[in-house]
Amino acid sequence: MSNNNVSYNEQVSLESGVDAAQENSSIPASVSGGLFSADYKKNEDLKEMLESNKDSQKLEAMKRIVGLIAKGKNASELFPAVVKNVASKNIELKKLVYVYLVRYAEEQQDLALLSISTFQRALKDPNQLIRASALRVLSSIRVPIIVPIMMLSIKEASTDLSPYVRKTAAHAIQKLYSLDPDQKEHLIEVIEKLLKDKSTLVAGSVVMAFEEVCPERIDLIHKNYRKLCNLLVDVEEWGQVVIIHMLTRYARTQFVSPWREDAVFDENSEKAFYDSEEERKVEQVKPYIMDPDHRLLLRNTKPLFQSRNTAVVMAVSQLYWHLAPKHELNIITKSLVRLLRSHREVQFIVLQNIATMSIQRKGMFEPFMKSFYVRSTDATHIKILKLEILTNLANEANISTILREFQTYVKSQDKAFAAATIQAIGRCATDISEVTDTCLNGLVLLLSNRDETVVAESVVVIKKLLQTQPSQHSDIIKHMAKLFDNITVSMARASILWLMGEYCEHVPKIAPDVLRKMAKTFTSEEDIVKLQTVNLAAKLYLTNSKQTKLLTQYILNLGKYDQNYDIRDRTRFIRQLIVPNEKSGALSKYARRILMAPKPAPVLQSAFKDRDRFQLGTLSHTLNSQAIGYLELSDWPAVAPDQSVRIVEVVEPVKETGAPVHGKSKPGKSSEKFYSDSEEEEEEEEEGSSSEDSSSSSEESESESESEENSDDSNKSSSSQSDSEKKKKTLKNKKLQQQKPDGKDRKQKNGNAVKGESRSESESASESSSSESSSESGSELDSDSDSDSGTDQKKNTRSKPVQSTLVTKVEKKEVSLLDLDDFSPAAVPSPKSSILSPSLLSDLQGLSISPTQSALQASSPVFVPETSHELLHRMTGKGLSAQYRFTRQPCIYGNSMVSLQLTLSNSSDQALENIHISEKSSTGQNIHRFNAIERLEPQASVTVSMGVDFNDSTQAANFQLCTKEDEFSVSIQPAVGELLLPITVSEADFSKEQGKLLGMNESSATITMTPENVSSQSVNRKVVSVANLGVIPSSQENIHRFAGKTVSSGCLVLVSVALKDPDAVITINTERTVMGSMLLRQLKTALTNSDP
Amino acid sequence: MIHSLFLINNAGDLFLEKHWKSVISRSVCDYFFEAREKAVEPDNVPPVIRTPHHYLINIYREKIFFVSVIQTEVPPLFVIEFLHRVAETFQDYFGECSETTIKDNVVIVYELLEEMLDNGFPLATESNILKELIRPPTILRSMVNTITGSSNVGETLPTGQLSTIPWRRAGVKYTNNEAYFDVVEEIDAILDKSGTTVFAEIQGVIEACVKLSGMPDLSLSFMNPRLLDDVSFHPCVRYKRWESERVISFIPPDGNFQLMSYHISAQNLVAIPVYVKQNISFFETGSSGRMDITVGPKQTMGKTVECLVVTVHMPKVVLSANLNATQGTYNYDPVTKILVWDIGKLNPQKLPNLKGSLSLQSGAPKPEENPSLNIDLKIQQLAISGLKVNRLDMYGEKYKPFKGVKYVTKAGKFQVRT
Repeated sequence: MSNNNVSYNEQVSLESGVDAAQENSSIPASVSGGLFSADYKKNEDLKEMLESNKDSQKLEAMKRIVGLIAKGKNASELFPAVVKNVASKNIELKKLVYVYLVRYAEEQQDLALLSISTFQRALKDPNQLIRASALRVLSSIRVPIIVPIMMLSIKEASTDLSPYVRKTAAHAIQKLYSLDPDQKEHLIEVIEKLLKDKSTLVAGSVVMAFEEVCPERIDLIHKNYRKLCNLLVDVEEWGQVVIIHMLTRYARTQFVSPWREDAVFDENSEKAFYDSEEERKVEQVKPYIMDPDHRLLLRNTKPLFQSRNTAVVMAVSQLYWHLAPKHELNIITKSLVRLLRSHREVQFIVLQNIATMSIQRKGMFEPFMKSFYVRSTDATHIKILKLEILTNLANEANISTILREFQTYVKSQDKAFAAATIQAIGRCATDISEVTDTCLNGLVLLLSNRDETVVAESVVVIKKLLQTQPSQHSDIIKHMAKLFDNITVSMARASILWLMGEYCEHVPKIAPDVLRKMAKTFTSEEDIVKLQTVNLAAKLYLTNSKQTKLLTQYILNLGKYDQNYDIRDRTRFIRQLIVPNEKSGALSKYARRILMAPKPAPVLQSAFKDRDRFQLGTLSHTLNSQAIGYLELSDWPAVAPDQSVRIVEVVEPVKETGAPVHGKSKPGKSSEKFYSDSEEEEEEEEEGSSSEDSSSSSEESESESESEENSDDSNKSSSSQSDSEKKKKTLKNKKLQQQKPDGKDRKQKNGNAVKGESRSESESASESSSSESSSESGSELDSDSDSDSGTDQKKNTRSKPVQSTLVTKVEKKEVSLLDLDDFSPAAVPSPKSSILSPSLLSDLQGLSISPTQSALQASSPVFVPETSHELLHRMTGKGLSAQYRFTRQPCIYGNSMVSLQLTLSNSSDQALENIHISEKSSTGQNIHRFNAIERLEPQASVTVSMGVDFNDSTQAANFQLCTKEDEFSVSIQPAVGELLLPITVSEADFSKEQGKLLGMNESSATITMTPENVSSQSVNRKVVSVANLGVIPSSQENIHRFAGKTVSSGCLVLVSVALKDPDAVITINTERTVMGSMLLRQLKTALTNSDP
Repeated sequence: MIHSLFLINNAGDLFLEKHWKSVISRSVCDYFFEAREKAVEPDNVPPVIRTPHHYLINIYREKIFFVSVIQTEVPPLFVIEFLHRVAETFQDYFGECSETTIKDNVVIVYELLEEMLDNGFPLATESNILKELIRPPTILRSMVNTITGSSNVGETLPTGQLSTIPWRRAGVKYTNNEAYFDVVEEIDAILDKSGTTVFAEIQGVIEACVKLSGMPDLSLSFMNPRLLDDVSFHPCVRYKRWESERVISFIPPDGNFQLMSYHISAQNLVAIPVYVKQNISFFETGSSGRMDITVGPKQTMGKTVECLVVTVHMPKVVLSANLNATQGTYNYDPVTKILVWDIGKLNPQKLPNLKGSLSLQSGAPKPEENPSLNIDLKIQQLAISGLKVNRLDMYGEKYKPFKGVKYVTKAGKFQVRT
């Protein structure tokens, strides 16, 4: 076949180009088929084609040559013929020649020089694409002689008008550096120049060059730091990855650690909201102020968590991990978990990084535990990584769930995975002492498994576990001795023998028998088993020499003549040690102490324990060893280096005014739940308002710091930026209520404000900022009072006074920094500029049912039922009885919790002590426990309140109610109506919201009303007694409306009852369809029941 | 960064190599072959392999291994993501990414690789830009090219490359202006033996096909944006608008692209559209087993479940299956040990059932674990999370586009443990 092709091609080459179309279609065949024979001949024919004067023929030849290159065949002898075509007019031909040149120039340096002049000419071409590709090829030809020419071309190209050519120049820098490292100094100059480039196209490439050529010259970054931060979102994705990694390293050398208050943030991260006083105090003692540049980096990278490029998401995650204050880390979680949906390879890398993170910070990934459940279709290495993470996440609360999951894995057909699961169980057992026994029992059961690897692994793990607490487990050792005959895996046999020897005193009868059996089979055992047999013999000899003396001697004799020198050595050593004779020295006296010394239990720990020494997301981290070219992440400096180095003198308009791209936006506040959000914002508002309230002096200090910044920045745009940042912050609150105008409109509408800002004098800035704050303070106060009436009532009253007194001094300074926190280039709300569709507007309103929202306001419950439910009967509670009722008030312990009142009474005849809820919670709910009651006298009762986050499900909350002596499992089963909080909305809003919750979000039923229920009061009463809803004043007499929101997620629940004598239609609209249907059922029974 | 790329097929033939820096001998792939052999299944090949002088990062896609050679430290995801992008570009250009199409289009592949990477660093990966630089092959064009001698390589720098919106080229023109959005949701779930949900979540993507002239500026809003828990966007989406208003505002790329992907918060209960009643048992003696599977609708929101397929990875000892399906066809591949039952449309009145016996290798012990079932299904016109597009507005252009939104629910990694 190959010969056919060749002859055909020869024909064609002689014929005219008319047949070219046919010829074209035959390329693949000739490329793939005709290579085995006639290579030489073929090349001859290609040469002829290249020398013909028809472009199509040449192109044809080049295509075939590229085919050869792709297959890795040698086509170097065609070099002279090919290089002639480098100046061809046909662009495709030219490109293919370039491909060839780059591939073979290194081998044929002299000939390659022939082409250089063409490139030099092309570098002057008016077409930027041609200039760029000429530079690309020129710099890719690895011929040392042309280094000076390359250097010159790079320098020239780095000042080219086209950013594309400059980008190519940045790439060329690295190529030249790898060809001739002596050029480093010159290249650094070019890098320095290109680093100043404002084009997003160049940024990524030049930082790449920087990382390869001179990563140690961190001083080159200073001046460009802020620019890079600001450009980052607009840089192409690959550049983003490189820049983020570089900036991570940079930040580690330039800023002080934000982790100083670790302890506070770590342990009280949840409590922090409530115990604000405490936290403030700590802050006052050790004020940590984040460098604004540090904050700038964190803020500008935040939007990239939403990138579609997994490498970018990973890069930002590692940046946050290494740079962000610990309490801001949670934002990483969701994005990384999202990446788990991606390709297998991506999963692998991401899981590795999560494994490392989860060791240090369990809490981060625990809510997403289920995302790490293993599927039978996962690849083995993915399974094992998931297992690793699950093990890392295990704690007292979730261990039962995890163990149940592990049970499924143990049975897996993938035996390597099953074995890994057993090890994981072992780790859980050592880490969590509560389940050690359960795990041990489970593992013992596995000993009767049919699969050898499973049994062997179990034995090994049991051995490790028993070492921690051998005394109680002699029956397990006995059991293992029984199994011994059936186990053939040598490691497992050896483990059992070791256990026998080590704990022979616990099993005095069985151990000698095992030794007897071993003596019989000694010669046919594996080496490792033989060694352990010798060990066992020695130990038994020492403890029970009467029974085993002869056996031991027999075994030692066998060992003496064994083929393996290790065993012979060991035998000799043991014999000298234990058998007393005249020659044996002092050692034999201590034989018992040597052999039977108590041995420390092995520590079972994660394989990812020490991976954190590498920067996350790097190749070195993946390999767990330092890769070539890995740049270590330095520790935080104790004292921050001079900040002023980053101030830029030159005027550089940072923001491009071209088409709007997803901007350097306000950082994604709403990452978790938006409840915690509104709280956070509120806090900030309070801070803001308190400092504004306090006195004008605080304002002055603020404006001073502003003006300082401004005088430093002669740069206009950056000053206007910092202003708008500030503005954004103070106006943030307003923004919640008003929809934001589109970017383009914004500038015009606020023309005067912008003008004011762009003056760079310090005075004007302070003026504008003070005038702003004064104009805003009104609305700020409003919103505060709003939130007071809202759900956070208690919290506010508790925390606010303290803040305003204690905080002021520290806060004053911090306000200017926090201001930077939320910055969007021109986010100035103007109430009238609504270009949004009305439905959008209502969407926005629906978005935040936060207390600051006027449209949907939380209200107090209409009706609080007095009925309480039994939690613990006094008979089962040994005298302690407990009842609970729902208070229907917003919970003070957390916004997503349902507030409960617990009445505990003691009906026994002695006092009960230390009544509390145990820390363990078997179900996933978050429970705020009441403070332990130290003593409850007989016949006394006490009422305490607690909060449970039911997560909007009627799943019962199970927990342990403990006294000093006993523990009682109790559970609270909430009625669906108790998972709601009432809100008030206007009737119009109600219908609007209802209009949006149609389709599957709506459930309705028709019922026949009992006559006594028809009156509007009774309907109202019935409904609110079933569910904690607010009554909406209705203009129609026969329609009753009720509104509420779910406690955890804040979803709207709208109920309307339309009376049509004698029927009534109940309609429920909510996104939580399950809740909706449950509520409907309960309302149906309530309204049809004739009971009062 | 990326030094070289080798493409290796499932049989272990190296059929394409490309070097961006100096040439690295293909013998470096021996380390890969070694790992490949050790892994048995192609899926189990570790993505990162260390060799004495290089690091090999590979992906496995469409039965091809893309093996890249790395010499120095680089974020591994950077390489992996790039390799996937390469595979996607091939798919985009040739309709499929297979050994045959790559071999057939080796010149275009080479030209593409040359443009995508310069000195190992990505240069142009946006398909819009690439398509202007190197035109995708069509039969007509290759005919014309050979006759006229013109080429399929662009002569000028694509406009997108320089603009701030590199994903869109200038001067797009259509006679019919249309924009279609497909909301595709996938249910990932693990159900246990008794049918209770161990884990379930919804992942969705919005695939867009936008053919609009000029520079349209679109904004898409949802009825219930609060459902979306975690999102990631195509670079064209203005993140700030989303943050503040929950509106997706963007200048779209031309043609097909994935606008966003999202995750529905775990708090929401996930509706499981089907239930599976199964009984698989293997007998201690007689080396046989029995299987009985019934699938029925659960929470389908009144829609029909289509394209229902049940896949079972049988234990190694199962030799053959003798079953009887009341609906659809089943096929057992004794080599891969995969049983596929293609049901098709689910009829709630007459539930499909697959019943019969399995014969095992004689003498082998019965498998301890029953195989888990993987379910595949499709429900048209339904987004199972209840997500609804509210409206799509266009600014910046005068004409009135034709707009359409389609909802589909599919099973993602939907597994029933038995």
